[in-house]
Amino acid sequence: MVSFLDFEKQVATLDERIHELRASASDGVDIQSEIDKLEAKSAKMLSDIYRKLTPWQKTQVARHPERPHFKDYVAGIFEDFVPLAGDRAFADDHAIIGGLARLGTRKLLVIGHEKGDDTASRIKHNFGMGKPEGYRKAIRLMELADRFGLPVVSLVDTSGAFPGIQAEERGQAEAIARSTQACLELKVPMIAAIVGEGGSGGAIALAAANRVLMFEHAVYSVISPEGCASILWRTAEKAADAATAMQVTADDLKRLGVVDRIVPEPIGGAHRVRSVAIAALKKALGEELNDLAGKTPDALRTEREEKYLAMGQLAG
Amino acid sequence: MSWIHRVRNAISSIAKRETPDNLWHKCKACNQMVFCKEWEENLFVCPKCDHHDRIGADKRIPMLFDPGSAEILPSPRAPEDPLKFKDTKKYVDRIKAARNATGEHDALINVRGTIAKHRAVVGIQDFAFMGGSMGVGVGEAFVSGVEAAIADACPYIIFTAAGGARMQEGILSLMQMPKATVAIARLRRAGLPYIVVLTDPTTGGVTASYAMLGDVQLAEPGALIGFAGQRVIENTIREKLPDGFQRAEYLLDHGMLDMVVERKDLRQRLGLLIDYLTPQREAA
Ligand SMILES: [Zn+2]
Repeated sequence: MVSFLDFEKQVATLDERIHELRASASDGVDIQSEIDKLEAKSAKMLSDIYRKLTPWQKTQVARHPERPHFKDYVAGIFEDFVPLAGDRAFADDHAIIGGLARLGTRKLLVIGHEKGDDTASRIKHNFGMGKPEGYRKAIRLMELADRFGLPVVSLVDTSGAFPGIQAEERGQAEAIARSTQACLELKVPMIAAIVGEGGSGGAIALAAANRVLMFEHAVYSVISPEGCASILWRTAEKAADAATAMQVTADDLKRLGVVDRIVPEPIGGAHRVRSVAIAALKKALGEELNDLAGKTPDALRTEREEKYLAMGQLAG
Repeated sequence: MSWIHRVRNAISSIAKRETPDNLWHKCKACNQMVFCKEWEENLFVCPKCDHHDRIGADKRIPMLFDPGSAEILPSPRAPEDPLKFKDTKKYVDRIKAARNATGEHDALINVRGTIAKHRAVVGIQDFAFMGGSMGVGVGEAFVSGVEAAIADACPYIIFTAAGGARMQEGILSLMQMPKATVAIARLRRAGLPYIVVLTDPTTGGVTASYAMLGDVQLAEPGALIGFAGQRVIENTIREKLPDGFQRAEYLLDHGMLDMVVERKDLRQRLGLLIDYLTPQREAA
């Protein structure tokens, strides 16, 4: 059973009652019609909630611990994944993973943040917060993909790059800047998908792509709502207001021209029916890759450059 | 004991409001009183402790460019308040206040001129304008500065000073990072140098984009330079930060800079760098 979020409490209560009814069913009383009725009510309730999630609620869905992560997408979308490790200078960062893979017949490079899904793996993957060596591995792999004509697919899911003493000493800022630059230099197609959290510089370093896809309930922002609130409102308690003001949802970002395509999620979010979410992303990635396949290397880079030069400009 | 030292000791007992603003400057770093005139002649650097104070374009221009050569380039058009953002104040009101306080249009202006007789276009970021933060206006100014450099076939030099991206423009401020990066790529393809001078403070998304992509990386002494804020780091790792952490000299030690240069030496040093990096074909 999934863990419920705060704003899903009514659904949780209802589901608990359904569960209890089922358990008492062995008494021989016919309760199936009652269960059906309650299940329909629960489904409607969930669908109503998810149809009008606030930006702050979406932030919680995007961070849901049971939401699919990089490894789940790789397993469900690609075949013959061959992970490639290390930055050749310092270490292998487990927060950013990459490797060669196939989507149908198309060979490509897939790269992204992995948050982990239990205590041990979360620590191993540093909660998806990349260090300089992670971004330098990304640069190395993107350059490799570029040389061998492999399209690049990135799956973005990070609260941000890791803030630490050693990360600063090894040039976190420089690594992010160069990784962003590496995306922009590519002469192969690049597609980025914001699958969970797109957190600031740690996200854009893997997301300066020809096409940017975003899950329906993912969020993408320049600073976390809590961080923004604590600076501008002087209290992290105003995170919900900050999330609304910063316009962090897929709909907002599509309107602002930052996101090209919104990938639908099952009712109740990607974590409720993971296979449906993964299949939706697979379909979208396949279509976008096909769409970019005919373009020349120069056109791919030029289009990407023009797209980012135009970001935020006045219309006309 | 010099007379000025004695005067300074005497002054320290005078209440602040009795100190004429136009006569004495109290150093933010060492708290000592310095004659304003002496401080200005020393390029707003404390003669006692070498603290390099934050300065805007108005002060930077005369100390950097050859006399009479500087020409401020027009600020490009950018949308005002694209998100209609409001926190405890409206963003439009914050912009208005910053414009009134600084006399500038946004946090980055471009200046064309000669430095030790070498032509250059120079971008100067002003921390006094909303913490130097990078929104669409700053991104557009950066691109237009690079374009002016390409048109003039001269280097683009940026003096950075920013707390990071401008949150009030949300994701669009983050998108100025790849925007500026594209401009740098085009300058590079034109065979022209890109020189970064990091000044106090340069942090966040500005550091993680155009401030770290220079062909040559200079910094003023003591400048705070980093990606993450110090409080964020302390709260994450719950450790005390080392002495001098994220200061220019610390970054130099860790291989992130080419050199730390005193403000008084910048003009000469930049002139020499431009001379070395100017395409040889042009000189022939
Ligand atoms: Zn001093």
